[in-house]
Amino acid sequence: MRTISLSETSVREVNRQLHDQTAELAEAQWRITDPEGRHALACGLDQTLEVEIDGHAGYYCAGMNQKARVTINGMAGVGVAENMMSGQVRVKGNASQSAGATAHGGLLVVEGDASARCGISMKGVDIVVGGSVGHLSAFMGQAGRLVVCGDAGEALGDSIYEARLYVRGSVKSLGADCVEKAMRDEHLAELRDLLDAAGIDARAEDFRRYGSARELYNFKVDNADEY
Amino acid sequence: MSTEHDTTRGMVERWGLQESASFDRHTIHNIQRAAATGIYDIRGFGAKRHLPHFDDLLFLGASMSRYPLEGYREKCATDVVLGDRFASKPLHLDIPITIAGMSFGALSANAKEALGRGASAVGTSTTTGDGGMTDEERGQSRTLVYQYLPSRYGMNPDHLRMADAIEIVLGQGAKPGGGGMLMGQKISDRIAEMRTLPKGVDQRSACRHPDWTGPDDLAIKIEELREITDWEKPIYIKIGASRTYYDVKLAVKSGADVIVLDGMQGGTAATQEVFIEHVGIPTLAAIPQAVQALQEMDMHRKVQLIVSGGIRNGADVAKAMALGADAVSIGTAAMIALGCNHPRWESQYHEIGSAAGFYDDYHEGRDPAGISTQDPELSQRLDPERGGRRLANYLRVMTTEAQTIARACGKSHIQNLEPEDLVALDIESAAMARVPLAGTDWIPGRSRPL
Repeated sequence: MRTISLSETSVREVNRQLHDQTAELAEAQWRITDPEGRHALACGLDQTLEVEIDGHAGYYCAGMNQKARVTINGMAGVGVAENMMSGQVRVKGNASQSAGATAHGGLLVVEGDASARCGISMKGVDIVVGGSVGHLSAFMGQAGRLVVCGDAGEALGDSIYEARLYVRGSVKSLGADCVEKAMRDEHLAELRDLLDAAGIDARAEDFRRYGSARELYNFKVDNADEY
Repeated sequence: MSTEHDTTRGMVERWGLQESASFDRHTIHNIQRAAATGIYDIRGFGAKRHLPHFDDLLFLGASMSRYPLEGYREKCATDVVLGDRFASKPLHLDIPITIAGMSFGALSANAKEALGRGASAVGTSTTTGDGGMTDEERGQSRTLVYQYLPSRYGMNPDHLRMADAIEIVLGQGAKPGGGGMLMGQKISDRIAEMRTLPKGVDQRSACRHPDWTGPDDLAIKIEELREITDWEKPIYIKIGASRTYYDVKLAVKSGADVIVLDGMQGGTAATQEVFIEHVGIPTLAAIPQAVQALQEMDMHRKVQLIVSGGIRNGADVAKAMALGADAVSIGTAAMIALGCNHPRWESQYHEIGSAAGFYDDYHEGRDPAGISTQDPELSQRLDPERGGRRLANYLRVMTTEAQTIARACGKSHIQNLEPEDLVALDIESAAMARVPLAGTDWIPGRSRPL
């Protein structure tokens, strides 16, 4: 494992070294210390690297991740794992706004709470939050699954498309076109798989499922108040 | 045989009918349409109302006090470098006329390919749009700018790395403050897959980016994009013209290499008509604001300015550049060059309630010219090679027209044109463009009349 301290090395240099890892993976395991909230750490990775960040990360940590496993042993700033395509990103602490925004694939685990707009415009990613999420989470969620082990804030799933949402605690309010749906066996099965993958101990039967009523997919005069 | 128009005109003259200026026939039609359908009008194209524009400016050609260059013999260069503020690989274009962002989805794959072919033939760039990058477009565009939009449909880091520049879209001249639309009839299987949307849905793109909210955040977002692409790619910021002076200053502060300024005449694939005609400011009014902001920050020519919105010919190119632009961008004009609104499809325009020269229902996906459609049969009407040749011809004509004017003003490079070469035909355009009213030294709001 290679260890780099951000007190001695710039973000640019760290990312350059990570990007230089080709498929042969001369160095597969990395530890980044002293992040002190620096932005854009370990973003744009596209190899099966394992990266640990010891401390708090700033905005867009592990942004657009492909294949890599990134663990943040601390808090994460805005947009952690935004537009992730594959791989896994784990935040041991809390995550700020827009965690997993627009992400297409992979698994994002936030062991603590996630702030507003968690999973906004999600496009296929799986997100598991050990705690609660803020308002407008899964806003315009197109695909993928969001699991919230705590509570959800206002307007959950507003203007949602085909993303599937599972919440164990309370939901302050549902957004436009988001409704509670029946939890069938296949949903319990996929939820168990997600909780297992995230390493979170929770009973699938304690969750409720939410998704799109599909009433706003095409413009209708009668829905004018919802637009 | 008299036409309906002739009949109406005859009745107006014979009976002395008077049409209301406030409630003219177009307005009455719109009220009746709204009452019948309960939905606002959505259409493509750009603003159709009359606006102060480049036609209201004239060049002062050389005579005794200025020395012209010899047409066809003395060189008038047209090349431009875009994005050399921070990017290690700035763009070097042969001509300062680029192709604006238009999505695969709004346009057919053949149309996107034709744009790439035409632009590459004359050494300029094309731009993707909402929905991501297609193989046809990347394959045929020697220089391709990848748009980074609020929706992030089809956003893919591999494509980001394959692009030659990245354009962060904050707004569009046709709808500053609004998101895009793509109606269900154009969401084909391929479009649905690229955008991760259900087929046939009326797609409403977001109007704000999902993971940043202001210029300070944008600076960090730009840092992320630069890190992902190892600081190679120029980063453009595209804004719709509204509070241009402040927006340009904030874009520069955020770290833009290039600013794309789209005036309200800029086109759209689908937007509410009320938005197109009533939001934003004319291109002519926006350019001087942008240039002033850049000059005050000592960034004019360091952060390049690309102007779009109603660029139609070489005179418009020359005027935009004389006002301070480094390059221009065309969208609607490029579509027309490909064949949009061509009289050869007249009868088919009539079948869908339009006419050549008036067609703007790009959102319906029934374009007889096969450009703004996803219909497989209609799309085949546009041969990408022939379309590309037409676009290349048009771009060459625009370039030589601009060179003709620049030489007449004594300039050995189009970029050497300057506001001093221009006068305005009326007070409004003089005030907006900040050039003197023709025959005077008077710039309204700037100096006293003679």
